Amino acid sequence: MTTPAPPRLIPDRLHGRTTRALRSWEAILVAVAIAVFIANSFLSPYFLNAWNLSDATFNFTEKALIAFAMAMLIIAGEIDLSVASIIALASTAMGLAMTAGAGVPVIVATGIATGVICGAINGFLVAGLGLPSIVVTIGTMSLFRGVAFIVLGDQAFTGYPPGLAYFGQGYVWWVISFELVLFALCAVIYWALLHRTTFGRAVYAIGNNATAAQFSGIRVARVRFILFLLTGLMSGIAAVCLTSRLGSTRPSIATGWELEVVTMVVLGGVNILGGSGTIPGVVLAAIIMGLVTFGFGLLNVPGIVMSIFLGALLIGVIALPRLMRRK
Amino acid sequence: MKLLRQRETLLALVILASIAVIATRFPAFVTPHNLANVFNDTSPLILLAIGQMIVILTKCIDLSVAANLALTGMVAALMNGAGVPLPLILLTVVALGAVLGAVNGLLVWKVGIPSIVVTLGTMTIYRGVIFLMTDGKWVNAHEMTDAFKALPRHVILGLPVMGWVAIAMILIFAVVLTRTALGRAFYAVGGNPHAAVYAGIDVGRTQFWAFVISGALAGLTGYLWVARYAVAYVDVAGGFELDVVAACVIGGIAIAGGAGSIWGALLGALFLGVIKNALPVVGISPFWQMAISGTAIVLAVAFNAAQSRPKGRIILREASQ
Repeated sequence: MTTPAPPRLIPDRLHGRTTRALRSWEAILVAVAIAVFIANSFLSPYFLNAWNLSDATFNFTEKALIAFAMAMLIIAGEIDLSVASIIALASTAMGLAMTAGAGVPVIVATGIATGVICGAINGFLVAGLGLPSIVVTIGTMSLFRGVAFIVLGDQAFTGYPPGLAYFGQGYVWWVISFELVLFALCAVIYWALLHRTTFGRAVYAIGNNATAAQFSGIRVARVRFILFLLTGLMSGIAAVCLTSRLGSTRPSIATGWELEVVTMVVLGGVNILGGSGTIPGVVLAAIIMGLVTFGFGLLNVPGIVMSIFLGALLIGVIALPRLMRRK
Repeated sequence: MKLLRQRETLLALVILASIAVIATRFPAFVTPHNLANVFNDTSPLILLAIGQMIVILTKCIDLSVAANLALTGMVAALMNGAGVPLPLILLTVVALGAVLGAVNGLLVWKVGIPSIVVTLGTMTIYRGVIFLMTDGKWVNAHEMTDAFKALPRHVILGLPVMGWVAIAMILIFAVVLTRTALGRAFYAVGGNPHAAVYAGIDVGRTQFWAFVISGALAGLTGYLWVARYAVAYVDVAGGFELDVVAACVIGGIAIAGGAGSIWGALLGALFLGVIKNALPVVGISPFWQMAISGTAIVLAVAFNAAQSRPKGRIILREASQ
């Protein structure tokens, strides 16, 4: 202990529910989201339009689907850097299924199943063999996308059946897209899973102290395996949506998404070292990132400048609370 | 040391065996001239793997090396275009690389952000800065002076200068790691940070210097890369950071820190280099390379873990079995 710890008060009664809610990370995110929304509507006359806003949601829905599962994985103290490569491989598998003459249901099932298999491979390597998830998923990141490159080379799959287009381009009602509904549905499911089940409690327990979790009767390896499976599943679903939206598959599809997904999770208040974080935080972070990207797009800011902003945001979001705590 | 050596011997044997197998079918691959070319071609990977290995020793990871390389390479190309003399360019790229590394190091040391987050962030920021400097334009061969392009390709005793730079850096850092206090500190910090503190080692400061070294090597490689391939643009060496980490993992550098040798990093890089250069010779599409290095990483990390399990942190006790 080189730095003296700040005096720690342990009150006999916690702050009221309202005070706690107002002081939470989520409250800050809500404020930021509102600020971004207002700034955007002043900066561009095209922002406040139902259809434009609906378009903006496509900037984050697919990534957010993965971010929900990634949030749980990071809370449990692991990480999966191979998610973007899983998308590439799942999308390639969908293309292969299409060339083999499969119908829409089989193509979709192929994409999702490929995601689950990839997740199972990661899960086996990390939970089964006890390997560090960072290196394993850096390896499978290269492996999964590498297989996509072997299959496709410099070619691309195009000409998906029109029925597939619904998943990435369809609207359920008026401006409410299928992807947005899926996003909301998954948000509720993952919220319930993380915050309302014993499985969710086990995830926090493992992230805070895996050894203690093991001794308290949690099957740590099994929980970790399931988390990788879920991340693979969500990447597979995201691959279906993305392939449907783009209508084609290239091996370079979704390059760099792992960074954006991790940024989304961390921005949502999940501790990168594990142990804490919430799904509502991730939802808010997804919306903020979508609004910012969309706003930049309306102002004709090139994509790579947005990525500078995202990189700085990632570091800034983690640095700020640490620097504040120091004072 | 003896235990460690076995691991490196095994890897060296694997590399020699694969070269021998290729040689039976394609004798042209093993001519000294071609082997020198393979080594030269692998030099950027070796240079970055040395830096990465030191960072990994201290329980950190540096994913920004390729972006650092691209940025310093672009700065070198732009300075060359502005008529700056070559020695000054060389000094600048090393210094700039070190500064970019120091940014990572300071964020890890002073702010306490996990290195993977810091370098994921700076990776995109550094590449973005190249775009801001150039508006996405390329610097092409005809915009570079002959002296600028000639240096890394100048052949001395059958090996181009770039290869000699890699050899020099291996020797220098072999001495730094095994014969200096800083070198021992890298191992101590990764092996047991708490014990390192009680031994009077500043953990954060040691990690900071690891990032500075990694950055400086990336800066030097940035010039060599851009001058050798005679082109600079935003996406130079895109994704190369994964190859660098792969080289270290294959070379038996423990990702948990504190264990591994520079010879491991060298051999890991050579292993990937031999595969990359052998694929077209054997007639396999270069598109296979990504999947092969991915498989090599997974196998190597599984192998490392299996071997280190019974003996705690000492890796690969019975690697020769």
